[in-house]
Amino acid sequence: MPASLLLARATLLEARRSGLPWLALGLLAAALGLAVFLSQVAVTESRELQAAFAAALLRAGAAFLLATHVATSLVREANDKVLELALALPLSRSEYYLGKLAGYGAAGLGLALVFSLPLLLWSGPAGVALWGASLALELLLVCAASLFFALTLAQVVPALAAVAGLYLLGRAIASIQLLARGPLVEENWLQWLSRGAVDAVALLLPRLDAATKSEWLLYGPPSAAEYGMSVAGLVVYAALLAAAGMFDFHRRNL
Amino acid sequence: MSASERPLAVVPSWLWAALAFGLAAQVAWQAWRPLPATAAEDLPPAPRAAALRAASLGEPAAVSRLAMLYVQAFDLGAGNVLPYRRLDYGRLRGWLRAALDTDPRSDYPLFAAARIYAEVDDPAKCREMLDFVHEAFLENPGGRWPWLAQAALLAKHRLRDLSLARRYAADLQRLTSDPRMPLWARQMEIFIAEDMNELEAAKVMLGGLLESGQLQDPAERRFVKERLEELERRMASKP
Repeated sequence: MPASLLLARATLLEARRSGLPWLALGLLAAALGLAVFLSQVAVTESRELQAAFAAALLRAGAAFLLATHVATSLVREANDKVLELALALPLSRSEYYLGKLAGYGAAGLGLALVFSLPLLLWSGPAGVALWGASLALELLLVCAASLFFALTLAQVVPALAAVAGLYLLGRAIASIQLLARGPLVEENWLQWLSRGAVDAVALLLPRLDAATKSEWLLYGPPSAAEYGMSVAGLVVYAALLAAAGMFDFHRRNL
Repeated sequence: MSASERPLAVVPSWLWAALAFGLAAQVAWQAWRPLPATAAEDLPPAPRAAALRAASLGEPAAVSRLAMLYVQAFDLGAGNVLPYRRLDYGRLRGWLRAALDTDPRSDYPLFAAARIYAEVDDPAKCREMLDFVHEAFLENPGGRWPWLAQAALLAKHRLRDLSLARRYAADLQRLTSDPRMPLWARQMEIFIAEDMNELEAAKVMLGGLLESGQLQDPAERRFVKERLEELERRMASKP
């Protein structure tokens, strides 16, 4: 078995034996419980309310849990000198990096699967399948971002803050662009400059607002073009983060 | 280069290529993807103010203004020559109401209603906005009289509905005791009554204004007296 696959397997095993599965189950129970509670107070669309609320909470919760797991695991490894030990083995830095990413990505895939299944209670299998696949890719992107920031910043809090900033900006950037183009915005050089800056930042961010939408569970699957665009954006950005992370990792003097 | 970094030469060439390709792919992908546009018909129904307040997590002032920023992104693209004509004003009013209820001290929804959305080239939609401003004024006349004054001016000059303008002006005069209210706003009902050729009513109102003691400034009192005398001359000259 290639070294990177062995490392991926070990990373996945670490995730399984850590508190991550229990936290995921806790989040699942909380989301389902809250969804049922809210459906009791809703006067209409109780099924839709449960599906939308549970999906939104599980999506954000999964991203948070996985980012935290990746950052804490990598920083602990660095502090315990496990990283140096691993690199002393016949294992290139790229293999190490890709092995880690594959292991965390597999953990994300497991989370996406576990979080998607309960949504079948309220939504059709096609919508749930597309939502779950999109969530898995979104979590792969989150893993790539956490890996990049945790290895670069080497501390848990700055790494988590950076991942959270990237994630929130990715989900809000389309709205920010629309606000910058609003009809009531005064046209002057400052406005032109700020709009240009927002557009430039948007080029370097993933469009997370277009991915893993709870409306796919409520109103049926999206068109193939829309879905393809959203998941392709996730894949491209995850690949970019992986390349940038490996580049930085190769330059680090350990 | 710091001591914690190795030279760039240690990075494999395939990784340089992967990074460059990834960056180019990301920028090209994002540049090619169309930005989601907001059409006027897309304005969704407004949330309730209680929901906005709950979502604000204790920051209603910020959320109220964010809601206004959200609303103003609808309709009127650069090439739209008929701004707001296609906007659902019932929903728009709901959004303005929700934003105002979330932060009642904010002037943003009233400014938008009186100065932006009421300027639409559609009398029914303009009336909807003026009615919203009037409704908001009745809740807090002391703080919102400038917007009702603006609404009265719009009713008079844009809608050419003098009776509506007079109703607003009468409420402005009757319910506002703010000493900062300028003379033109206090006299608005009188001017409109003159325009409606109701000279007798205008004369009574001018006299009432003089006797009410609201006018402390001698110049203002002199101006109102002169208008009263002019009005009496006009009435005397009428057959």
